[in-house]
Amino acid sequence: MFETLILTLDSTVRLSTPLLLACLAGLYSERSGIVDIGLEGKMLGAAFGAGAVAYITGNAWIGLMAGIAVSIGLALIHGFASITNRGNQIVSGVAINFLAAGLTALLGQTWFSQGGRTPSLQGDGRFRDIVLPGAEQVRDVPIIGPIYAELLSGHNILVYAAFVAVPVTWWVLFRTRFGLRLRAVGENPAAVDTAGISVTWLRYRAVIACGILCGLAGSYLSIAQSAGFIKDMTAGKGFIALAALIFAKWRPASAMFACLLFGFLDATAIRMQGQEVPGIGEIPVQFFQALPYILTVILLAGFIGKAIPPKAAGIPYLKERS
Amino acid sequence: MSETPAIELRKINKSFGAVHANKDIDLVVKKGSIHGIIGENGAGKSTLMSILYGFYQADTGDILVNGNKVTISDSKAAIGMGIGMVHQHFMLVDNFTVLENVVLGAEDSALLAGGLNRARSELHRLETEYELRVDPEAITGELPVGLQQRVEILKALYRSAEVLILDEPTGVLTPAEADHLFKILEVLKNEGKTILLITHKLREIMAATDMVSVMRRGEMVATRETKNTSMEELAELMVGRSVLLRVDKKPAEPKAPVLEVENLTVTDSRGVEVVKDVSFKVHEGEIVGIAGVSGNGQSELLETLSGIRRATRGTLKINGETIDLANRAPDAADMRAKSMGHVPEDRHRMGLINSFAEYENSILGYHRDPAYSKGLLLDLPAIKKNAVDEIEKYDIRPPNPMLKTANFSGGNQQKVVLAREIERDPNILLVGQPTRGVDIGAIEFIHKRLIELRDAGKGILLVSVELDEIRGLSDRVLVMFDGKVVGERGADAEESDLGLLMAGIEDNKIAVEGDVQ
Repeated sequence: MFETLILTLDSTVRLSTPLLLACLAGLYSERSGIVDIGLEGKMLGAAFGAGAVAYITGNAWIGLMAGIAVSIGLALIHGFASITNRGNQIVSGVAINFLAAGLTALLGQTWFSQGGRTPSLQGDGRFRDIVLPGAEQVRDVPIIGPIYAELLSGHNILVYAAFVAVPVTWWVLFRTRFGLRLRAVGENPAAVDTAGISVTWLRYRAVIACGILCGLAGSYLSIAQSAGFIKDMTAGKGFIALAALIFAKWRPASAMFACLLFGFLDATAIRMQGQEVPGIGEIPVQFFQALPYILTVILLAGFIGKAIPPKAAGIPYLKERS
Repeated sequence: MSETPAIELRKINKSFGAVHANKDIDLVVKKGSIHGIIGENGAGKSTLMSILYGFYQADTGDILVNGNKVTISDSKAAIGMGIGMVHQHFMLVDNFTVLENVVLGAEDSALLAGGLNRARSELHRLETEYELRVDPEAITGELPVGLQQRVEILKALYRSAEVLILDEPTGVLTPAEADHLFKILEVLKNEGKTILLITHKLREIMAATDMVSVMRRGEMVATRETKNTSMEELAELMVGRSVLLRVDKKPAEPKAPVLEVENLTVTDSRGVEVVKDVSFKVHEGEIVGIAGVSGNGQSELLETLSGIRRATRGTLKINGETIDLANRAPDAADMRAKSMGHVPEDRHRMGLINSFAEYENSILGYHRDPAYSKGLLLDLPAIKKNAVDEIEKYDIRPPNPMLKTANFSGGNQQKVVLAREIERDPNILLVGQPTRGVDIGAIEFIHKRLIELRDAGKGILLVSVELDEIRGLSDRVLVMFDGKVVGERGADAEESDLGLLMAGIEDNKIAVEGDVQ
């Protein structure tokens, strides 16, 4: 029983990582007032870029850089549409999702002819699990041993990066000048403008931060969790991350817990597959897959507190002409 | 007086497309003075100040700060030259603390801690120096507007502003808060700061300024020493013709009651009673004014009577018919069918759809009237003809029914609403804040129309926070405080008397008269 729990939690951590990275990405963007429904597309683009380049170079790090570059590129398109040209942010985000879905499949097939996949990664083409010092020695210690050896040790570098990004994001948001301005521009861009700060540049920086984190999230899928890119491999994770962001009320620590919760539901779903629950029977996997959305809808309906988005989110900033 | 002026503008010109917003503006602002700039909406005051604050660049002309010619390319440059601005709509982040708002844009370094600490001690110093008390840790959005405005002033002072521009600062303030603001400005002046006060309210200019410059249609038409001018002279300069500041009317000849409200109680969405057991009558041929500081139940009263809000208890007798406002309450369309017109308090939120053309707005709520519809379709020619007639009768400018009302000035928007409601010839007219954000010329017009309607034998219920307006128009005045009607006075009520009632001090009549005499 304890072992099952540890194993479930272990996969929870792995499944939460891409959600968490994407969720924090969305946090930077939306806190600056740019709604980003294109997390999914950026992740997918990054996953493909990372998978392709890691295969060609045989180096996971170069693959990661490529993934991040693709994601930043898509983020800048979103920025250009919604910041510079004051377009509708939802439309732009949806367009990016379609663009990424279509382009990755097309280029994948053209370049590698494996039905949209990138070829399997070998050796250094993938991020490998890191064994923390002493993990093997303490494995047999009751309780603490398995927690340390299974749960904390034995993940790849991106998993650790995702969880380190949580306190870092909190610190950036609430302890730095950039964070203060970022939060301000998402609430009242006119206040930022009249304080003599460029709204445009500030929002672009937020969107780029979003691109970097989405790049990490996407790369994690193709060159850390799996050994290569598969068509549509994000499978809605970008939207779950968005749901987690709302669930977390746009706060970093809460974002982590929301993503862990959604990751746990996913892990449970996998574990429950084909298993009979006494008295209920088999619970369909779809039920667990739908739960994050159901929980978010319940939250939005006001049953679990109130989720108030940044006030200026989704509204293009236009200097008022008096 | 050879001292260099704090600000000098020479031949400033600014055009937006075909609109020449500022024409050859000259302005000299003396150091350590309160200089008022008055003009109607759209006279170019805000544009001029935006140029000074670096929001816009002048097309031609020079700006001199402390005698030196400068270019102000953006707000940052203006702040650097010691120019601060308190905007009409506050530039504050609601969910920030006061401290965070003050520091935003002037953080000292990439990490916040240092800047916040400096700001905390600096705020403490400003607080003692200028008596600007605000809790630095308070959440800004939770503060009353008067205090939020103080945060704006502190923001400017924290950036060591020597010249402070205030754009229509009293628009959102209660009379008491406005008085307090003027006291603060006086203190700032005595400390050597220069203040530019932009307003369209004559009373404020007279009360607070040393010098006053008048703008009209993009031009600076006059500069006067405040003590050597009068409200009448300024009004004439603003409008370009002589204006009647006092409403001219005959005594009312009230007849039968048209509207009788009995024991009305209204509870809002938070479950708080906002109107408490209110009863009154409005007769044919009289204007009943409801005075009170905003937020004492007047808005809810008006909304309930017009059918927008449901009452908890209470009845309404209209044209002899008794209506239960709590159960089976009529909606706004029902009330209109009973010949009740409604000019809502907030024309943007409830009176107009600003992205609609003027002719569409001119029949909002009356679109089912057979005069404007043919079966399922609107009778567009009839609607447009009606709009053209109203535009002419109410002198609505620009006289173009196809234009979106968003492009009209506040006064003209209000005329669109008034024309729509008055021209349906209602027996009862509910009017909320008829002249809020409306310039003097239009105010005069609106007041005249309301008096005409009264003289035609209609009943009018007027809600306004402008005491002058209430006293000028009403034949009877009811004062609301905390949801209750705390007193009734005649047309000749003393301002001080009403003021005390508005502050919730009941039954003071004798005492007040004793004090005055």
